[in-house]
Amino acid sequence: MRQITLSQAVNEALAEEMRRDDTVFIIGEDVAEAGTPFKVLSGLVEEFGTNRVVDTPIAEPGFMGIAVGAAMTGARPVVDLMFGDFIFLIMDQLCNQAAKTHYMSGGKLSVPLVLRTNMGATRRSAAQHSQSLHALVAHIPGLKVAMPSSAYEAKGLMKTAIRDNNPVVIFEDKLMYQDKAPVPEEEFLIPFGEANIKREGTDITLIGTSSMVQVCEKAAEILAAEGISAEVIDPRTIVPLDEKTMLESARKTSRVIVVDEGHQSFGVTSEIASRINEKAFYHLDAPVVRMGAMDVPIPFSPALEDITVPTPEGVAAKARMLVGGEMINAA
Amino acid sequence: MAKTKTNSEDYLRMYRQMVRIRSFEDNANQLYLSAKMPGLTHMYSGEEAVAVGICEALKTTDKITSTHRGHGHCVAKGADFKEMFCELLGKEEGYCRGKGGSMHIADQSNGNLGANAIVGGSMGIATGSAFTAKMLGKDDVTVCFFGDGATAQGLMYEVMNMAALWNLPVIYACENNGYSEYTKTEEIAAGSITARAEAFGIEAHQIDGQDVLAVNKLTTDLVARARKGEGPFFLELMTYRYHGHHVGDINREYYRTKAEEKDWKENRDPIIRFRAHLVNEGLATEAEIDAMNAEIAKDAEDAVQYALDAKYPDVSEVDMHVFTDIKHALA
Repeated sequence: MRQITLSQAVNEALAEEMRRDDTVFIIGEDVAEAGTPFKVLSGLVEEFGTNRVVDTPIAEPGFMGIAVGAAMTGARPVVDLMFGDFIFLIMDQLCNQAAKTHYMSGGKLSVPLVLRTNMGATRRSAAQHSQSLHALVAHIPGLKVAMPSSAYEAKGLMKTAIRDNNPVVIFEDKLMYQDKAPVPEEEFLIPFGEANIKREGTDITLIGTSSMVQVCEKAAEILAAEGISAEVIDPRTIVPLDEKTMLESARKTSRVIVVDEGHQSFGVTSEIASRINEKAFYHLDAPVVRMGAMDVPIPFSPALEDITVPTPEGVAAKARMLVGGEMINAA
Repeated sequence: MAKTKTNSEDYLRMYRQMVRIRSFEDNANQLYLSAKMPGLTHMYSGEEAVAVGICEALKTTDKITSTHRGHGHCVAKGADFKEMFCELLGKEEGYCRGKGGSMHIADQSNGNLGANAIVGGSMGIATGSAFTAKMLGKDDVTVCFFGDGATAQGLMYEVMNMAALWNLPVIYACENNGYSEYTKTEEIAAGSITARAEAFGIEAHQIDGQDVLAVNKLTTDLVARARKGEGPFFLELMTYRYHGHHVGDINREYYRTKAEEKDWKENRDPIIRFRAHLVNEGLATEAEIDAMNAEIAKDAEDAVQYALDAKYPDVSEVDMHVFTDIKHALA
């Protein structure tokens, strides 16, 4: 199968959906001729024109609000938010308006909107361009949240998101834009709420999101060399969350580590760990372990930044302790 | 295209709509005072000529966005008393199945995209609605209602900038009722309100918001021009809020005098003024108007009783309408 980058995968998904549906448009800062700073959208304005690939002033709340209104009246906006950190700027429009409109109207109005943004540290961008803020969004009822872990997921989830009649937020890891993966030439969609078992195993379950799926897969390789069989699960969307697949795996392996690049406290790892504790407790041989980003603003210095996010070695070390029984009596 | 209202039928309808708003509000206030209504509500009484003058210049397919003080807009855009009172009382037959209440009534069938409990929160939505019309080649015009208080929100400036850059068919209608909650407008708004719009090259008008014919005439002209792509426009409508910020704001002499309220009610009331005009012009007799008022009062009372007797939504609805495609979000 051909291999394309995550950036190309997103570009293809957008182009295909824009050809399929004239109401789909892209709006954001430097999305047209510039194709975004990451060049993800290059070529789209040439095909679809500035009427559907709309450059805005630097006014995130403004263009997000416009997208919400456009979505409520028959268009299907794909909002490009240049950095995930800017989500704080658009919180009212995303969380008070987009997320609640369908509910507050008793189902009469809907907001078929996609917010494309990014996440991920270790790009030496410091505290305001490195955050992974998906848990903030997942906390708000009415928003769906997708976290592609490769070019394949990026394309399939984006196409599903554009056809969804709800507001969907997609977090792309900005360090993965140039990563290649096999992506079929023919059209495909990835349904929301269906986790992918990336690797089967029997001793421990590693649940990872976005780039942490690769971290878990590398950890599984390290563990395999030591005779430990790790299962790796990618939820692909955290709202809706495929609890069933994760619980089945937890019951099978009896040990679970949840790895996510958001801050560890009050985050995705906590949520998934709680659900497993509540629903698979008597099948567990060890506490469910959370591994998130350190609860510090992301520092600039490489010497500091690199230790804030989970690594394959770190995950493997925790897994070793769990399988060896060390975590049971840990203070 | 809506014409300037020049015949007696149109005039009488405008009068009727203003009285309907006043009657709705008098009943809503009584529901609050008699502790029959959950929560609080914000009265539109005194501002009727603004909503009616503007909405009578619109087609059903034209859109409006409304505010926390939104009953007047909702009635003026064509809503029904029964469904409105049911919504105020949290009943299943309400416009939003009781999920929105006073501050979130939306009436999609008449182009009302909803009231908004965030001051200035709908400015993006209104501008986005106008964006849809332009992108999809529809001739809809959108009117964004907001108060003087909302002119302090940054979102307004972001979206007016984009609306002006893109010539969107939106009319920003600032209802200047002299008070931003419990504070005089002159204490929260520096300089001129219309100049804010003019800074973006938007044609702006300040107009007597108690004169329904003047409001209707100007709006009809601007709507026609907006349909031709000459928008956006900005209106500052000088009006007055008879009640407090909300129904519970009863002792308010610390921020405005009773003499001031009396002056507006007795000397500038939009309904009294227009009634005198109708009689003087021979369009209706005092007796005919009294009969119309009595009929509207009875309609409102019947609707209130209907809503009081109506049933609440079944508790199973609590997790419905969170998403369009998931019937029960918590199932």
